[in-house]
Amino acid sequence: MKDSYDVIVVGAGPAGSFAAATAAAECDALLIEKRQEIGDPVRCAEGISKLGLSKFLQPQTKWIANEVAGARIFAPDGTKIEVSGELAGGEVGYVLERKIFDRDLAKNAARAGADLLVRARATGLITDHDTIKGVKVQHLGEALEIPASVVIAADGVESQVGRWAGINTTLKPKDIESCAQYYMTNVDLLEDSCDFYLGSEAPGGYGWAFPKEHKAGNIGLGVLGSRLDGRRSIDYLDAFVERHFPSGQRIELNVGGAPVSNAVSTTVKPGLMLVGDAAHHTDPITGGGIINALEGGKLAGEVAKEAVRLQDFSLQVLQRYESAWRASFGKTLDRNYRIKEFFVKLSDEDLNKLVHSLEGLTIEEMSVSGLMRRVISRNPRLLMGLRHLF
Amino acid sequence: MIRVNIDKCGHCGACVSVCPTNSITLVESCLSIGDTCTTCETCVAVCPVGALMVS
Ligand SMILES: Cc1cc2nc3c(=O)[nH]c(=O)nc-3n(C[C@H](O)[C@H](O)[C@H](O)COP(=O)(O)OP(=O)(O)OC[C@H]3O[C@@H](n4cnc5c(N)ncnc54)[C@H](O)[C@@H]3O)c2cc1C
Ligand code: SF4
Ligand code: SF4
Repeated sequence: MKDSYDVIVVGAGPAGSFAAATAAAECDALLIEKRQEIGDPVRCAEGISKLGLSKFLQPQTKWIANEVAGARIFAPDGTKIEVSGELAGGEVGYVLERKIFDRDLAKNAARAGADLLVRARATGLITDHDTIKGVKVQHLGEALEIPASVVIAADGVESQVGRWAGINTTLKPKDIESCAQYYMTNVDLLEDSCDFYLGSEAPGGYGWAFPKEHKAGNIGLGVLGSRLDGRRSIDYLDAFVERHFPSGQRIELNVGGAPVSNAVSTTVKPGLMLVGDAAHHTDPITGGGIINALEGGKLAGEVAKEAVRLQDFSLQVLQRYESAWRASFGKTLDRNYRIKEFFVKLSDEDLNKLVHSLEGLTIEEMSVSGLMRRVISRNPRLLMGLRHLF
Repeated sequence: MIRVNIDKCGHCGACVSVCPTNSITLVESCLSIGDTCTTCETCVAVCPVGALMVS
């Protein structure tokens, strides 16, 4: 370990590891992770679009538990529609092994030249007036202060780094999905489809069943935080499992929170950039965030390199990161937040109507906005509020 | 005061992300609540497994 770094990345999830790998190509970079094991426990259903992943990385066989051809969406009354992978919000294609995937991304960062520390928890920032100058770290019981020119906060949904810098990253209960998931065996899943279940089985969220191997997969659901009233997400999940997968046996339990909010309003401060879940870059409709974590990580890593080249870590230079992510996926996040705000208000009856209106459509003519236009044209009164978005 | 049931907590950090006073610290499987907590119960409301309660 060095005495100081050009770049310190906090959190070795996909966003942090990708940012560190990108920056380490030119800079002295340090990646710190508070867990003792990168990637474990998993807080993810592990669905990812093939296209999305391939944009950033050559997919490796060992990351992929299963490949699916598309998705099925079930209405509360059981009616289903089948859609292509691209349509399902980009969350289908591969079902990953996140434990292996996350570790490999961290290895890539190390191979690119980054130093790595596990069991190293950021506990505060070193600041000079308004500028971030490094990170305070607890590493195996030892308190360290490590100076850096740029800090990249990739500390996930529980992010503290942004808050220490005065950025409000607190999620409102109406903007977080409270999730519970079992990895189950002895379940009859369609092996080439990721399945989504809408309605009051998961109020303000949805249930999912993603196959990972023969008769086994991730079965979970998210309930909007503001809709939890007495019953917990895990209670909803147990009822969901009882209804749809009664023969299933539980191999693993995962819980987690997924932001379904607007992106954090300011993702840069002098000497600091926020990426991935820490910046609330998850898709507000699906809660999926791996792809945007990779993209944001890459963009932040590139801007960090640029700043080091210029030896200028001011807001003006780091602002390029904020402009870049806004130009890339910012508009989609904004639009999808408004769609989410609308969809969480729909009743089971409304959702049944919507799904019925899509029955019989051929997959070839579909795209996300195409689908939404179709839904709106078939349900003009129900979806009046969304018309202007398409 | 907010108490954690360690036999229920899945150490996911959902509570940390909604705490308005940033009073919750999560280190591996150990969750602790600091004395800045105002007992607003937001964390209690979003916990997926019901591991938090007011005592
Ligand atoms: C139940 C559930 C299901 C999901 N399913 C999907 C899905 O199917 N597809 C999809 O694309 N997305 C899914 N997501 C979202 C996805 O998991 C996240 O968007 C993604 O992991 C974000 O990556 P990240 O690198 O930003 O954060 P994370 O992967 O959360 O990584 C953050 C890292 O920072 C570390 N850290 C935190 N604080 C500190 C600190 N103080 N010091 C050092 N390290 C710290 C953490 O330990 C962690 O390793 C799901 C989320 C949940 C909760
Ligand atoms: S939200 Fe619940 S399960 Fe998750 S860390 Fe907090 S107390 Fe534990
Ligand atoms: S009760 Fe409110 S202030 Fe206290 S820890 Fe929970 S969310 Fe934070």
